[in-house]
Amino acid sequence: MKTVWTAFICLALAICLTPTAALSNDTLVMATTTSTDNTGLLDYLMPNFKKTTGIEVKWTATGTGKALKLGENCDVDILMVHAPPAEKKFVNAGFGTDRREIMYNDFVIIGPASDKTGIKGKSIADALKAIKAGKAAFVSRGDNSGTNKKEISLWKAAGVPVPEKEKWYIQTGQGMLATINIAAERNGYTMTDRGTYIKYEANMNRNPPLKILVQGDTVLLNQYSVIAINKGHCPKAKYDLAKKFTDWITGAEAQQLIKDFKLLGKPLFTPNAK
Amino acid sequence: MLLSGNAETYSAIWATVLVSSYSIGCSLVMGIPLGFCLGYFNFRGKKPVRTVVDTLMALPTVFIGLLVYAFLTHRGPLGDFGLLFTLPGIAVGQTILALPIVIGLSATAVESMDKKLRLAIMSMGANRFQLFLTSLWEVRHGLLAGAIAAYGRVMTEVGISMMVGGNIKWHTRTITTAIALETNKGQFGMGVALGLVLLTIAFCVNASVSFLRRRY
Repeated sequence: MKTVWTAFICLALAICLTPTAALSNDTLVMATTTSTDNTGLLDYLMPNFKKTTGIEVKWTATGTGKALKLGENCDVDILMVHAPPAEKKFVNAGFGTDRREIMYNDFVIIGPASDKTGIKGKSIADALKAIKAGKAAFVSRGDNSGTNKKEISLWKAAGVPVPEKEKWYIQTGQGMLATINIAAERNGYTMTDRGTYIKYEANMNRNPPLKILVQGDTVLLNQYSVIAINKGHCPKAKYDLAKKFTDWITGAEAQQLIKDFKLLGKPLFTPNAK
Repeated sequence: MLLSGNAETYSAIWATVLVSSYSIGCSLVMGIPLGFCLGYFNFRGKKPVRTVVDTLMALPTVFIGLLVYAFLTHRGPLGDFGLLFTLPGIAVGQTILALPIVIGLSATAVESMDKKLRLAIMSMGANRFQLFLTSLWEVRHGLLAGAIAAYGRVMTEVGISMMVGGNIKWHTRTITTAIALETNKGQFGMGVALGLVLLTIAFCVNASVSFLRRRY
């Protein structure tokens, strides 16, 4: 009995004494979007940043909507998001500062190769109208993420009210890759950023059931930016570290790294920091 | 995956074991005495308290996650402790999850104890604390069942770990949030493998508990 208790107490002590990941001064907490995380871009960039500056970045990947909320609540020090109108509002409200554009990719509409509604090659507005007219299954993120905000703005721009309650409009509330998988299961259309689509292509051994049908429209550009949290709004935000990160990611070294980040030989993001 | 020594997987396993040990430890330390009192003493309003405890056993993990987030966010009442996105933060939430289970099941165990035993212990001249310890020892199997049920719930939950922990790589990524992430990334095979790891840990815990039970 005694030995068991001794062993148990030793174990308990070992656990208590294990240094828990205390937030040291050299850690930067970032909220970002699922697309930068799921494609593996951050796993690729961050070790380089740490090597150059010694700063460790801890990131949590959510939709842009929640990322902005985490910033507003002072839970993170920096954001990497992709919803320019919402970002500008965020900065104007005094929550963020130093918004810098870092890279872009583009959104594409994907759907089954059979393409029964015949949207292939159409303009984005015509494609959405055709989907509505044909009541073809369209899968939406429905989670207030950057992609979701963009999709809603595209419906509006096409002059179609957002088909919120239509049976053929499926809102998943999940990340981009999960949403693509649901679209594939339902044999439906969806909108995705190209980076996530290439990742999906790689997962499916280059032979995905969903193909790119609409692309190339300038309104489909998907701009990513970083925003430091404003010290005036959140006194504890690590603005100095956030500034270092912003300087690094907009600098020549990181921009080249982003350019070199490829999957299946295709670049996922195009750097465009000014 | 394990054999190839994937450091990420080990980090997630370690986080899971660490955080579930913290929370189960805290909930046992708080829950067993409370459960004992609830089962042992008769007082006015005992039935309603039992009903409340039993209801809290069904607390949804995402709801706890949201509540704990609301308290721990830097603009929340407990924001200054900086517990958000840390393992102790997750442990707070999981303790809230496990506590009603521990209280409820230990109260049930104590209630089912033979009433004559109490008289027998007291007649041997035991003081109150000795009475408490002896009674606990007599109902140890019931308490163990409660602890195992609570441990299972804590180790397998994903709502609290995701919302309070943020699924941060190397830090707050537990096995369950890693499974959610791998699924989001479309790596279903990896998700299934991690699920098996979780089951293996649960099996080890249960096997060692049943070994102890046979000996004592």
